[in-house]
Amino acid sequence: MTRLLTVDGLKVDFPTRSGVVEAVRGVSFTLGRERLGIVGESGSGKSQTGRAIMGLTPANARISAERLNFSGIDLLDVPARQRRDLRGKRIAMILQDPKYSLNPVMSIGRQIVETLRAHETIGRAEARDRALAMLEAVQIREASRVFDLYPHEVSGGMGQRAMIAMMLIAGPELLIADEPTSALDVTVQLEILAILYRLVADRGMGLIFISHDLGLVSSFCDRVIVMYAGRIVEELPASELANAEHPYTRGLLNCMPRIGADRHPLPVLDRKPEWAL
Amino acid sequence: MSAALAIEGLRVVYDGHHALKGVSLDVAQGESYGLVGESGSGKSTLLRAIAGLAPVTEGEVSVDGERVGPGRDKAFYRKVQMVFQDPYGSLHPRHTVDRLLLEPLAIHGFTDIEARILRALDEVGLGSGFRFRYSHQLSGGQRQRVAIARALILEPSILLLDEPTSALDASVQAEVLNLLEQVRSDRGLTFLMVSHDLAIVTHMCERLTVMQNGQEVERLSASDLAARTVTKDYTRNLLTASEGFVREGSA
Ligand SMILES: Nc1ncnc2c1ncn2[C@@H]1O[C@H](COP(=O)(O)OP(=O)(O)OP(=O)(O)O)[C@@H](O)[C@H]1O
Ligand SMILES: Nc1ncnc2c1ncn2[C@@H]1O[C@H](COP(=O)(O)OP(=O)(O)OP(=O)(O)O)[C@@H](O)[C@H]1O
Ligand SMILES: [Mg+2]
Ligand SMILES: [Mg+2]
Repeated sequence: MTRLLTVDGLKVDFPTRSGVVEAVRGVSFTLGRERLGIVGESGSGKSQTGRAIMGLTPANARISAERLNFSGIDLLDVPARQRRDLRGKRIAMILQDPKYSLNPVMSIGRQIVETLRAHETIGRAEARDRALAMLEAVQIREASRVFDLYPHEVSGGMGQRAMIAMMLIAGPELLIADEPTSALDVTVQLEILAILYRLVADRGMGLIFISHDLGLVSSFCDRVIVMYAGRIVEELPASELANAEHPYTRGLLNCMPRIGADRHPLPVLDRKPEWAL
Repeated sequence: MSAALAIEGLRVVYDGHHALKGVSLDVAQGESYGLVGESGSGKSTLLRAIAGLAPVTEGEVSVDGERVGPGRDKAFYRKVQMVFQDPYGSLHPRHTVDRLLLEPLAIHGFTDIEARILRALDEVGLGSGFRFRYSHQLSGGQRQRVAIARALILEPSILLLDEPTSALDASVQAEVLNLLEQVRSDRGLTFLMVSHDLAIVTHMCERLTVMQNGQEVERLSASDLAARTVTKDYTRNLLTASEGFVREGSA
């Protein structure tokens, strides 16, 4: 499989008032044209790992790595301009907080059109048609109404899908999807996953799929990385997730509510200090 | 006994778009009631309308048997609190966690502020180390826990919960769901809760309404849903989709 991305020893630190927060503490993995899932505890560094690859690490953070290489380009040593060109066109990220990440004073449709026109020379009318088609592809009802709405006027799941549409329209080679379907009802969720699935299978896109939905990750992804306290504690084929060995991963699987199971209270994790070493 | 929360024929229109087309439901004192359904079907709008944050054109909302007027006063928010769907939009990014928790206490004239803030942080599993962080310095799940702490800190009797755990990983989700169940039984709270996760709704709620396109599709008990005793195709589709992703060709 052609290698698209190499991450080796990635670290992200935040200096804060109450000391340094080590958000990512030496994360290494490679990605080909496949679906790689990242699961892990809240605060374990999943989003900051994605942001570092995307070049969206906050300015006050310190970032370092042995290697951070995308398709032959050293991402830590690339001129700012080239970095910007990569972003959006070749590498895209669906942010965890879509409504917050969309521009609040520009209509949804215009944001998608502008993204498209930033990457392709294309006429206004055609850009509009493509944007509308993309909104329909992500299962938005009444796409032409939603086209003219502002981010605060759409529902949580509609905002999430607008963000997905905006990221997909430029046809990236690498897509980092941070909880892309967390606000979607299950039927729409499956439609979106089917779109992502085809982009990987047919177009050879590389996908990093960050999610806390273990059932979804095990049925959708090829491989899974499990993170805990800024590190990778386990990596395994997605289909083997149910047989995970690390006690954190096992605990995680056990504490999900299941339809028809009557477990009150739900089992919780007994976190061991040595997991964070 | 009158219901803790009753909604009758609620209709909400945004610039000619009918987001709610006459929805009714009632939630008994101490009950936990679920709302599931299609994205954009009006679930958040229903909660926002109860909280006085959506343009209601028709219908009634009653709390403890008393009809609520068009405005909402301080006493209403003392009783009814809401946890919003996106914790990013609802928490000011340049405010510290301390300030976010202090504000509602100050507005409602509480005195034992220090103890309440520490207890609220502890309840949602955030150590005191988070107290002076800005909300933009938190991960998605940490922010959502601050939002829940902020709603609980006023000790309301009715909680409107809009996807309260969809930003949380499974382990923190279990802790938050347990916490919500615990405070519900300790304080006799009433919940109206939106979730797209049917397992969470059957775990947390006794009854639920399935919504699509601004309307009720069907109303059923959580045990009927778990037993797949449903009458509408849309509900059946939701149950099937809950089983996970099926790769093309393997279906
Ligand atoms: N600007 C910042 N300043 C200080 N600490 C930060 C900042 N941004 C993030 N962090 C911390 O970095 C850690 C990793 O955050 P990250 O957002 O990557 O977590 P996550 O795994 O995506 O969690 P979640 O599942 O809750 O979204 C967290 O403990 C968070 O509090
Ligand atoms: N301020 C507004 N202006 C115009 N339309 C709005 C506004 N707020 C909501 N709507 C519309 O109302 C409809 C219902 O939105 P709502 O947020 O209630 O959906 P939801 O069921 O919560 O969906 P989700 O599961 O995606 O969060 C949507 O079509 C949305 O575009
Ligand atoms: Mg995150
Ligand atoms: Mg909603």
